[in-house]
Amino acid sequence: MLNIQIKKQLGTLQLETDLQLPGQGISAIFGRSGAGKTSLVNLLSGLERPDEGLITLGERTLFDSGQGIMLPPEKRRIGYVFQDARLFPHFRVSGNLKYANRNPDPSQFDQIVRLLGLEHLLDRYPASLSGGEKQRVAIARALLSNPDMLLMDEPLASLDEPRKAEFLPYLEQLVQQIQLPVLYVSHNLEEILRLADQLVLIDSGKVVCQGPLAEVWSSPQMQPWQPDQDISTVVETHLARQHPDYPMTCLNLDNGISLWTSYIDAPLDTPVRLRIHARDISLVRTEPEQSSIRNIIPVRVSAIENPTSNDNRVIRLQAGNCELRCNITAWAADELKIKTGDSLFAQIKGMSVTRNDWISNR
Amino acid sequence: MLSEYEISALILSLKISSVAVLFSLPPGIILAWLLARQQFPGKSLLDGLIHLPLVLPPVVIGYLLLVGMGRQGLIGGVLHDWFGWSFSFSWRGAALAAAIVAFPLLVRAIRLSLEAVDTKLEQAARTLGASPLRVFLTITLPLTLPGLLAGSVLAFARCIGEFGATITFVSNIPGETRTLPLAMYSFIETPGAEAEAARLCIIAIALALLSLLLSEWLTRLTRKRIGV
Repeated sequence: MLNIQIKKQLGTLQLETDLQLPGQGISAIFGRSGAGKTSLVNLLSGLERPDEGLITLGERTLFDSGQGIMLPPEKRRIGYVFQDARLFPHFRVSGNLKYANRNPDPSQFDQIVRLLGLEHLLDRYPASLSGGEKQRVAIARALLSNPDMLLMDEPLASLDEPRKAEFLPYLEQLVQQIQLPVLYVSHNLEEILRLADQLVLIDSGKVVCQGPLAEVWSSPQMQPWQPDQDISTVVETHLARQHPDYPMTCLNLDNGISLWTSYIDAPLDTPVRLRIHARDISLVRTEPEQSSIRNIIPVRVSAIENPTSNDNRVIRLQAGNCELRCNITAWAADELKIKTGDSLFAQIKGMSVTRNDWISNR
Repeated sequence: MLSEYEISALILSLKISSVAVLFSLPPGIILAWLLARQQFPGKSLLDGLIHLPLVLPPVVIGYLLLVGMGRQGLIGGVLHDWFGWSFSFSWRGAALAAAIVAFPLLVRAIRLSLEAVDTKLEQAARTLGASPLRVFLTITLPLTLPGLLAGSVLAFARCIGEFGATITFVSNIPGETRTLPLAMYSFIETPGAEAEAARLCIIAIALALLSLLLSEWLTRLTRKRIGV
């Protein structure tokens, strides 16, 4: 459990957070540039000092202005992966990895080196590595310091698209395998969808929303980042069964609703995160009997957003305890006379798998 | 090839300069670090004091050393009475004079390369569990190495050339304080010894060139090694 209650004046920005994060899993910190994300992790790591407040990690107090406690960075046991890898140019990769601990446990060392694919890089100097390779070394180096927690400050931001694509699988695999709480700072929603369990939304130095990713994703505070055409819902599912004849996979939501998606090569019960775009859902009054669409689920209208707009309506739908959002034209909404409380059927045409724990675990 | 006299002056010069630079390095590094990284009252004054030998006439430094570090001097007296150390009229005094004159060059070079070290790397090392001292020894200092070497060679060359402060403080004693420049001076003062003076002149030029080449080579080597 990480507990951060601090205040810090940063120029004109007043950073003020009261944040409790679980002691495991990936918590993403999301917000626009200058919202105070990097400052927050710097305060956590001990590189910057809060004006006042309290920071505790598990049983340990890292900072307490009341008692005058300020642990220096080297005593915090917090691994920090910087946006720029910050490898030591005068050490080889192996020297960088062994900086925190000159005699690492060989099995742990080998495991981390293998996990990040560094076997053939150990004898190289950082200057000869690509951006993605540098970041992988930086992560391995942080892990080998045996931290109680890992901070990652936009580790992908300095990479170009091909490097990002090369690096992301390592990161996905890593976050599944290490038993460490990770605080992941990013302003890229795709990354967050693939990696994070929890989402913390920061704006102008304040936490405006925090919680499980799917919940925060649909919250009104997230709206500025989702233009009407690009609204989506995130649902957490489990793999229920495979179709006997066709390459299709059935996913179960917690409430018993099933969704068919294209084939996922994973064992039963694998957690799968789905992203359903609002534009891919259509609504019908009565259950269609012969439809090409495989996923038709009963829903209830819980709210209608922007009801005055002339071109489209965002309809919030309740499917059991799961919320979906659907984008239809104002014309269609008026013709179907959709109002809050209506029972309808939602036809879901497409969805994308954004995280599949089993694929990452291989 | 070289006469015994020349060899003795050359070796004395090398010995005095090496000792001067070696003993200047620790205080030089500390002061350079203070100036590059710390803010404190009196910083400009300290900076000025360190640079003073660069602008003062060497004879003034020699005179001050004579007054301060001589056997009857303020500090020299204490050192002599307590530890039996004596600087006056010995090669140690020559090394002290050379060290003081070359000190500003050394500190400047180290300070510049300290300022060029990326403090972000030091922060990263701290988060990996390294104490500030370990960070300094394993990150900061190695990355300062090119500047450290360049500064040392520059200071060494300045020590070899040191004349005014030395002759004022420790006089011109053959085999003890008669370094290359002092030996050359003696020949120039002696009628009919122009050839000997010219030979020493060539030795001095060769030595200076060698130091410059060495410095270049070392800098290139370390730059490559640390990948900057």
